[in-house]
Amino acid sequence: MYTAADLRKGLRVEVDGVPYIITEFNFTKPGKGQSIYNCRLKNMLTGSTFPKSYRSNDTIDKPNLEEKRVRYSYAEGDRFIFLDEGYEQVVVGADVLRNNRFFLDEDMPVDVLFHNGEPVDVSLPNFVEKEVVHTEPGARGNTATNVLKPAQIAGGYEIHVPLFVNQGDIVRIDTRTGDYCERVNKR
Amino acid sequence: MAAASSTRGASVSTLRSRAALLRAIRAHFDQAGFVEVETPLRLDCPPNEPHIDAEPSGDSFLRTSPELHLKRLLAEGMDRVYELGPCFRRGERGTFHHPEYAMLEWYRAPGGYLDVLADAENLLCAVAARLCGGCAFVRAGVRVDLTPPWPRWTVSETFRRLAGWDPVAAFDPDRFDLDLVGKIEPALPADRPTVLIDYPVEAAAMARCAGGPRPVAERWELYLCGMELANAFSELTDAAEQAARFERWAGERRGRGQAVYPADAAFLDALPRMPRAGGAALGVDRLLMCLADLPDIRSVRAFA
Repeated sequence: MYTAADLRKGLRVEVDGVPYIITEFNFTKPGKGQSIYNCRLKNMLTGSTFPKSYRSNDTIDKPNLEEKRVRYSYAEGDRFIFLDEGYEQVVVGADVLRNNRFFLDEDMPVDVLFHNGEPVDVSLPNFVEKEVVHTEPGARGNTATNVLKPAQIAGGYEIHVPLFVNQGDIVRIDTRTGDYCERVNKR
Repeated sequence: MAAASSTRGASVSTLRSRAALLRAIRAHFDQAGFVEVETPLRLDCPPNEPHIDAEPSGDSFLRTSPELHLKRLLAEGMDRVYELGPCFRRGERGTFHHPEYAMLEWYRAPGGYLDVLADAENLLCAVAARLCGGCAFVRAGVRVDLTPPWPRWTVSETFRRLAGWDPVAAFDPDRFDLDLVGKIEPALPADRPTVLIDYPVEAAAMARCAGGPRPVAERWELYLCGMELANAFSELTDAAEQAARFERWAGERRGRGQAVYPADAAFLDALPRMPRAGGAALGVDRLLMCLADLPDIRSVRAFA
């Protein structure tokens, strides 16, 4: 159980059985009134956010969260199998992985967050390198660097890349945004 | 400012503006016939205000405001006094709060809350003229016009319009604080000061209550740039009523597990000799945040 005095940006709390992370926090106090703790809570399952105010005497539930380092093994349809240090299987669904499922590589270290024993979120390495399996050739002579074109990476995920990137190139992708970052080497 | 990059707090240029603001405040009050006083920073008996906690200092406490001592000076016969100096409130830290902050507090007798409202209007125009060259300033791209008279919004009407209920008719302290922060403050105009005035008697603090069929506390709060800048009362001089409020607040504090401070007997003894007066307290750091267009209280205080 947390009290309002524990609230701060980044703290994980539980409201009605759902884990939230505090993304914005401010202390305020109307004249002669009680302390008000204004928070913005981000739902750790859906990513949606909403504002919530707490008073000094409010208590806030602490979520039962556990983080575990695992390594990616293989996929079975929408089920993604990871192995922990003791080679126990950890199964994470595509609904939890979302776009991250396109960025997995065998043996990749991944941090899985569990809420009441259920996986609810994963953290991949910030950058992964993937091959472009399909993209149209860039228009000849168009050297503008801010023009992007669609490109498919191995696994079927589509990103937007600069015109100079060709099929077969290896590109670096930021897993936090899912966006193209840079070209690593030319075909 | 490169020199300040390794130090938290105000830049050198902001500290120059701060010094100019303090000079302008003193010049204004000195010219208006107020006497600057310095009262004790350490108190044995900070007022038992329900939601204000004092920082212990040895066997005493750092003052949360100079209010009780300034009122004793009125009881001694001074009629216009002001104090400009640090106050301390335990655990208050946020964009607009710092546990150590600069307070300007002034009293005039004879008088009431409308007299110190006129003082506040004149003061802000005078300091803006010195610092910003006119009775206006620009904050966050908005020109804020300080020309008096400032719009006065009664608490009753403001809450009915913006929060859908009337705290003067039936008071609910939790709802009052939450709606004030969540519904009223965000709706206040950005280009003008707003005076929220005539509070529920339950939120009188140390204000005198006006009689009549629907009594209200003669109290106002000044809002500027979304911040509560000043609080003022027609001061309560009824010692029995004041003692009863102290006792009620002490009970509330005890119930919430907050520290309970001893009642200030010297203040209560002096109160019957205190003339009818108006008093106001203004947050100097926040005023500088407005005039210098800075977003955080730490950006106007050295080493904050």
